Amino acid sequence: MSGADDFRESFFEECEELLEAMHDGFDQLSEGADDVETMNAVFRAVHSIKGGAGAFGFSELVAFAHDFETALDQVRSGKREADEELLELFRQCGDNLSDLVALARDHGDTPCDGSGALRDRLTEAIGADAVAKAQAEPDFEPVLLDLGIDAPAAAAERHYLIRFEASPGLFATGNDPVALFRTLAKLGDLRVTADLAAVPPLASLDPVACAISWQLSLETADSEAQLREVFEFVEGDCVLDLAEQASGAAAPEEPVALDAPAEMTLPSLASLISDADEAGADSGAAESPEDGAEVDDTAGADPNPARKAAEQAKPAGTIRVHLDKIDKLINLVGELVIKEAMLSQSVAGLAQAKDSDVTVGLESLKQLAGEIQEGVMAIRAQPVKPMFQRMARIVREAGSATGKRVRLVTIGEDTEVDKTVIERLVDPLTHMIRNAIDHGLESGEARAAAGKSPEGTVTLTAAHRSGRVMIDVADDGGGINREKVRALAIERGLIGESDTLSSAEIDNLLFLPGFSSKDEVSELSGRGVGLDVVRSEIHNLGGRVSIQSDPGEGTTFSISLPLTLAVLEGMVIRVADQTMVVPISAIQETLQPKTATIDVIGAGTRVLQNRSGLVPIIDLGGFFGFRAPPDRLDDQVLLLIETYSNQRFALIVDEIQDQRQVVIKSLETNYQQVGGVAAATILGDGRIALIIDPDRIIRDSGPIGASDMSFQLAV
Amino acid sequence: MMKDAILENRKSYCEVVAFRVSDQDFCFDLTSVREIRGWTETTMLPHAQPYVKGVINLRGSVVPVVDLSERLGLGATEPGPRNVIIITVLGQRTVGLLADVVSDILTVSETDIQPIPDIIDDGVRRFISGVLLVEGRMIRKMDLEMIIPTDGRSAG
Repeated sequence: MSGADDFRESFFEECEELLEAMHDGFDQLSEGADDVETMNAVFRAVHSIKGGAGAFGFSELVAFAHDFETALDQVRSGKREADEELLELFRQCGDNLSDLVALARDHGDTPCDGSGALRDRLTEAIGADAVAKAQAEPDFEPVLLDLGIDAPAAAAERHYLIRFEASPGLFATGNDPVALFRTLAKLGDLRVTADLAAVPPLASLDPVACAISWQLSLETADSEAQLREVFEFVEGDCVLDLAEQASGAAAPEEPVALDAPAEMTLPSLASLISDADEAGADSGAAESPEDGAEVDDTAGADPNPARKAAEQAKPAGTIRVHLDKIDKLINLVGELVIKEAMLSQSVAGLAQAKDSDVTVGLESLKQLAGEIQEGVMAIRAQPVKPMFQRMARIVREAGSATGKRVRLVTIGEDTEVDKTVIERLVDPLTHMIRNAIDHGLESGEARAAAGKSPEGTVTLTAAHRSGRVMIDVADDGGGINREKVRALAIERGLIGESDTLSSAEIDNLLFLPGFSSKDEVSELSGRGVGLDVVRSEIHNLGGRVSIQSDPGEGTTFSISLPLTLAVLEGMVIRVADQTMVVPISAIQETLQPKTATIDVIGAGTRVLQNRSGLVPIIDLGGFFGFRAPPDRLDDQVLLLIETYSNQRFALIVDEIQDQRQVVIKSLETNYQQVGGVAAATILGDGRIALIIDPDRIIRDSGPIGASDMSFQLAV
Repeated sequence: MMKDAILENRKSYCEVVAFRVSDQDFCFDLTSVREIRGWTETTMLPHAQPYVKGVINLRGSVVPVVDLSERLGLGATEPGPRNVIIITVLGQRTVGLLADVVSDILTVSETDIQPIPDIIDDGVRRFISGVLLVEGRMIRKMDLEMIIPTDGRSAG
C-alpha cells in the first residue's frame, strides 16, 4: 500500500470518529443541551471532514460540507435559533454527510442524490444572505492549518531556552541535529552552543554515537508547540528541555549553563521542567473559555494551531492498531493458555503435594494467563455506540417511511463487544428495528385510542450478562397478534389447522422462512428477507434470538451473543475414542437414552419422541465413518441439537467430558474443509479436537434430516 | 523455480534429507524441511484419504500428517515411538510426512541424480523424480509436489 493510500485510509477512519462526534452532538442538542460547546463540537466535526475532503479532492463532499457548515455556523454564532425543525434538517444533513463519506470511500468523488435538495433546504432555512456572505469568504484551504509558522512577526518576540541532548542512537535513525537547528534558525534569531563535556577521548570515541549536547537560545514569535514540532521526529531519541523565558527578563547574553555545565545542569533542568509544566497548564486552561469568541471570526480557517497541538497532547488518548497485530496477539495468548493447561496436567501427573511451590506457582501462572487472555480479548472489544448511532438513523428513516412518530432510546451504549461481532450484527439489527417500527408499532391513531403516547418508542439495550452480550430490541407497540400469526401459518401450510401451539410457539413461527406477518408486504421491511434470515445470521455468530411479547404492551427481541468469535463455548465429548467439541449454542439438552422414548423406523433409523414431536437420531461416530452405528444405546448419551435453520436432531455420543471455552483453529490453512467439521481446537493435553458443525451434519445426513417431519420439528 | 535458483547458486550442489520408508531410501530437498519430530498421536479426520493419518498440534497450528508408506502404495505404517514426522513446508501449507527413520543429510551434486531405471514399480515411480547412488545405496528423490498436490486441496 502506498503512502497516499495510507493517508486516505486514515482520513476515512478519522471521518468515522468525526461523524460519531457529530451525531453525538445532535443527540445532546435534541435532549435540550443548548450550550455553545456542543454546537462547536458539531461544527468542528463537519469542518474537519470538509478540510480533509478538500485535501483529497472530494469536491462533492466539500461542497455539501461547506453549506452544512455555513448553516451550523449561523446557529453557533447565535444568528439563528436552533428549533426542532432545523435540528431535524441538520440530522438529515448529517446522514447525508455520512453517505457522502461512504461514497467517497468506496467510489471516489461521486455526487449523491440527496445533496442538492438538502442544500436547497439549508439555504432556505438560514437565508440566502448568509450563504452568499459565507461563499464570498475564501474557501477552506488545508494549508491554512499551518498558518502560524509564517505568520507576520507582529506578535511579541518570545525567548526560548532549549537544551537538546541526543541519545547515542540518534544518528542511527537518520536524524541530524544540524538539520534541526537550521529549521529552528528559520523561525527566528538562534544561537547554538555545544557542550562537549561528554565527548570521550579520541581513542574511545564511537563515531556513530552522538555524545554532544546543545544549548540553544531562540527569539521567535512562534509558540512552544511549534518549536516542539521541529523536534517531532527525534522524540524518544533525545532529551529535550524547552522553556520560555519570561518575556520581560532580558535574555542572558550567555546561557548560564554553558560555562559550568557539570554543576549547573541539574538545577537548571529542574527549573526548566517546572516552567514547561506551567506553560503547558496555562495554555490548556486558556483555550477553552476563548472557544466561542475565537472561532466566531474564523469561518474558513481552523482554530489556531497551538490549540490543535494542545488537543493532541491530551493524555489517555487512543492509538490505531492494525487488526492483524491484535489477532496475532490473541493467537499467541491462546497458545499460552493451552501450554499452561498442558503443564498443569503433567504436573498433576507427578503427584506433587498440593501446596508445593510448583503447584502454587502454576496456579498463579494460570491466573495470570487468564488475565492476559481477557485483556487481549478486550482490545478487540469495541463499544456498541457507533452501531447504535447507525440504528438511530434507521429509526428516523423507517419512521418517516411509515408515517409513524418514533423515538429511539438506547441503553448501555458503552457495552463492549468484539469488533467482528458488531460488524456482522448491523444487518440483522437493522432488519429487526425496521420490523419493530413497521410491524410492531401501531399507527398514531391506534396508539391514541389505546391511551398511549402517539409517539412510539423503540428501545435498544446492550448489556453483559454471564459472559455473553445481550442486545434487546423492544417496541412499545401492540404486541404480536397471535390469532393472526396462527391463521397465517395455517394458510401458508406451516402448521396444521388442528395443531395446538403455546403462545411462545406461535411467536416463534415468525422465524420460519417465508413468513411475513403483515397482510400486504410493505416496502419497508417486506423485501423477501424475513426474520428467518435474522435468526440464521445470529446463529452464525454463535448467538440465539428469542421473542417476548405482551399484547398491548409491546414486543422484545432478545439476542444473546458470545463476547468474541475467537473462542467458543463448547461441550467436550468422546465418541469412538475421539475427543470432539460440540458448540454449546446448538445444544438444547442432554438425554439418557434409557429414560427417553426411542422408536425404530425402517432399517435401523432411530427417532426420539420428544415434546415437540419426533426427532431423528444420528450417531456421530457413524456419521464420521469412525464406527458402525451402535446396536444398543444404553451406555451412550444423546445431545438434542437445534440448528440455526431450526432443525432438530439428536446426536449419539459416548460420553460428555467437560464444558469449556475453546480457541478456534482453522483446519483449512494446512488441510481442507471437512464435512461436518466447523474447525479444530487444541485441548489441555495438547491434542487437537474437531469442533463439529451441526448444520452440516443434518444436511449431509440425507433423507433423515430432509424428511417431511422437519417443518413440524422446526416450530 | 526457487529450487533451480538454489541449485545454481550452489554450483549445482544441494543438500537433501534422506530417510527410510518401508525399507526403501528416499530423500528430498532440505530446504523444504522445517523440522523433524518424533511420532505423536494424531487426531483422526473423518472421510480423509487413507494415507492422511490425522492432524497434530504443531505449536498451535493444525498440521495434517501423511503416511508416506501408504501414499507410495507400500502398505500402511503402524506408527510407534520410533517413527518420525518430517514437517515440510510446501507453498503456503505445512504438512507432516510420516517416515520410519531419518538416516542422513547429504550434499549431492545435480549430476549425481540419475534417471529412474525402468524396472521400478509404477506405483512408486510417479512420486519420484530421480535416483541417487550414495555409497552403494540407491536413494529415491521424492517429488513433493506429487505427494502433496498444492493445487486443488483434495490431496488425491
